Amino acid sequence: MTLSGGHADASYLLDSAGSAAPPRDNGELVFAAPWESQAFGVALALHDAGCIDWEDFRQALIREIGEWEAAHPSGEGWNYYECWLGSLERLVSGTGLVTADDLQARLDLLAARPAGHDHGHDHRHG
Amino acid sequence: MTSAPEPLDPALRVEALASLLTERGLIDQTTVETFVKTYEHSVGPMNGAKVVAKAWTDPEYRARLLADGTAAIAELGFKGPQGEHMVVLENTPALHHVVVCTLCSCYPWPVLGLPPSWYKDPAYRSRVVREPRKVLREFGLDLDDGVEIQVHDSSSEVRYMVLPERPVGTERYSEAELADLVTRDAMVGVAQVALP
Repeated sequence: MTLSGGHADASYLLDSAGSAAPPRDNGELVFAAPWESQAFGVALALHDAGCIDWEDFRQALIREIGEWEAAHPSGEGWNYYECWLGSLERLVSGTGLVTADDLQARLDLLAARPAGHDHGHDHRHG
Repeated sequence: MTSAPEPLDPALRVEALASLLTERGLIDQTTVETFVKTYEHSVGPMNGAKVVAKAWTDPEYRARLLADGTAAIAELGFKGPQGEHMVVLENTPALHHVVVCTLCSCYPWPVLGLPPSWYKDPAYRSRVVREPRKVLREFGLDLDDGVEIQVHDSSSEVRYMVLPERPVGTERYSEAELADLVTRDAMVGVAQVALP
């Protein structure tokens, strides 16, 4: 998939086959990468558990998308689920479910893993 | 997708977030995967196609659908997140409706599933408001100049779905055969329903 967000072109039409078949069956990927589906599922699971209000999430998403568009007038590099993830991070840290510091610490920990590290392994600093 | 350089790998960011939320007992991976599978495989535009086909064959249902979209859609068992405030817009030979969400990606999940990429794209979201006739032409829908186009901006207060025109020559079609003709794009309003 080579969607560019270019405002001047019509490249976003690439996946407009538009069949009413079940998703996937019409050849269109609902998610372009596993992390996108994970980000989607985490937001729905948090809402399902009553941890976040969907309208709060929507407002965070609107803000995230608006900021991205203001910073990228050409539309180049657009990825919807990066905005989705960014708004989820903001909402979760804003509501204190996970503080920004905790999130950053975990990111540092994961980023420092040697290549090929088992993703499921839970390790902490002593 | 790794085409654009990013300061931090989004896969890593999702993993960090999910691992912390899981450890704190706020979410579990089974629930996350159930939601993903549901929207990858079970909820999609075939639901909306059934609503359209019923409206085409049952005038009383059509009237209920146009009067209270949410309730009439729920009659067929389609409800859930993002389907709470449904408004159904009926296309006519003189009036064509097209749906967008200019600010984010509001979309009627229970009847159409998750939105396609183009619906979320900044280009579609901004251009269909400014130059709907041109954008529709790019989708392959060349409407006569005499046809009025109305663009509807979805929000948390209202989710739109288009009731397309029933194609001529389908008088003898069953409801199921009609549903097979209906496409997602026709229910967003960037296409019309045509015979194969």
